[in-house]
Amino acid sequence: MNPLLYVAQRGTAVILAVAVAVHLGTILYAVRGGLTAGEILGRTQGNRAFLAFYGVFVIAAAIHAPIGLRSILREWTGWRGRSLDGAMLAVSALLVVLGLRAALAVYIA
Amino acid sequence: MNAPIPNAALNGRAVEPATGAMLTVRIRRDGGFQTFAVARRPAQTILDVVTEIQREQDPTLAYRFACRVGMCGSCAMMVNGRPRWTCRTRVAAVAASDGLTLEPLRNLPVVKDLAVDMEPFFEKWTAAHGAFEPGDAPTVDFAVVAPDSPERRAVDAGIECINCGVCYAACDVVTWNPDYLGPAALNRAWTLVNDVRDRGREARLEAVSGDAGCQSCHTHMSCTESCPKALAPTFAIAGLKRETAKASLRRLGARRFRRSA
Ligand code: HEM
Ligand code: SF4
Ligand code: SF4
Ligand code: FES
Repeated sequence: MNPLLYVAQRGTAVILAVAVAVHLGTILYAVRGGLTAGEILGRTQGNRAFLAFYGVFVIAAAIHAPIGLRSILREWTGWRGRSLDGAMLAVSALLVVLGLRAALAVYIA
Repeated sequence: MNAPIPNAALNGRAVEPATGAMLTVRIRRDGGFQTFAVARRPAQTILDVVTEIQREQDPTLAYRFACRVGMCGSCAMMVNGRPRWTCRTRVAAVAASDGLTLEPLRNLPVVKDLAVDMEPFFEKWTAAHGAFEPGDAPTVDFAVVAPDSPERRAVDAGIECINCGVCYAACDVVTWNPDYLGPAALNRAWTLVNDVRDRGREARLEAVSGDAGCQSCHTHMSCTESCPKALAPTFAIAGLKRETAKASLRRLGARRFRRSA
């Protein structure tokens, strides 16, 4: 792994550690507080802090996960080279699209 | 300093075996296992067992040793699935129910029976720039190195490696990624990165980076657990990860600076 990819993976891991904790905390709060779907959407709609948080979360995951996946695929399959790197870029793009789409959906809805 | 040998904790077994006790030894050779029976003896080592088989039962058995006292690093084998120096491993410490399984060192090509070809191991040592680089103009004066400086301590922590290949055999990443330089070569590189007299730092940091380099280590610690010299290649590799990361960020910054200037 290139040292810059290494820095990117460890750096995003720090962001993810915080984001995952906040994310889980929010879920627990929403579920235990007995919020309905409507009440949740009421809080997320037009909430820029919400959008910014999940935007950062999604982008961090989209950087972090493909770098790790690349290592695993190199170790467990014979897949190497540019085709692998291209596929990992595609995974990253997919995570960004799916993640941001979900975050935008609850922001706009 | 060698790792402590667990004489007191011999799996609850006595160093002095019962008279007439026998050991069943399975040795991997020629694509299968061959079984030998060897008498248990007081304070017997694995190397004693292999030597006895070769001298008394089968002179064609190939294996390697030199010093017999944990100095040369040539006697390493897989003993019951773990890499060990056979000269410094007592049978009583490792034999489960009077059975022993001996195999050639993992992750290296077999020459014959229990002797492996160490060439790839040493090639990686070279690839990781494991040799001291004095630079074009050798210093005229002695380098003054304070014994308690952090760099000198980092060197001390890894300097005692005797190239036995035990850690290399223990590392799963070497198995999965045969290009991976491995714990011993990276540990050596780390001692040189911390040698203030060395002039090859940049090139060495470059050489230990990438898919074959330190970033591929998963911090499994198998190398550190098994090193008979009680070295900790895992921490040396963590140091290399830090230094290569810093160097790459500096290069990135320098490129930005040049572009904006
Ligand atoms: C709490 C947040 C997280 C932290 C602290 C974290 C930390 C790390 C670290 C340190 C590694 C490197 C392991 C190694 O090289 O041995 C890693 C690898 C990896 N991470 Fe994460 N991660 C987090 C969340 C995630 C998430 C959310 C995903 C998936 C979307 C993910 C996917 C991966 C993958 C696929 C690897 C490669 C596994 C490997 O190299 O052994 N991680 N993670
Ligand atoms: S680091 Fe330890 S186990 Fe590895 S080659 Fe050196 S002495 Fe042997
Ligand atoms: S710590 Fe790194 S070098 Fe050591 S055994 Fe684990 S993966 Fe291999
Ligand atoms: S024979 Fe030299 S280390 Fe074992």
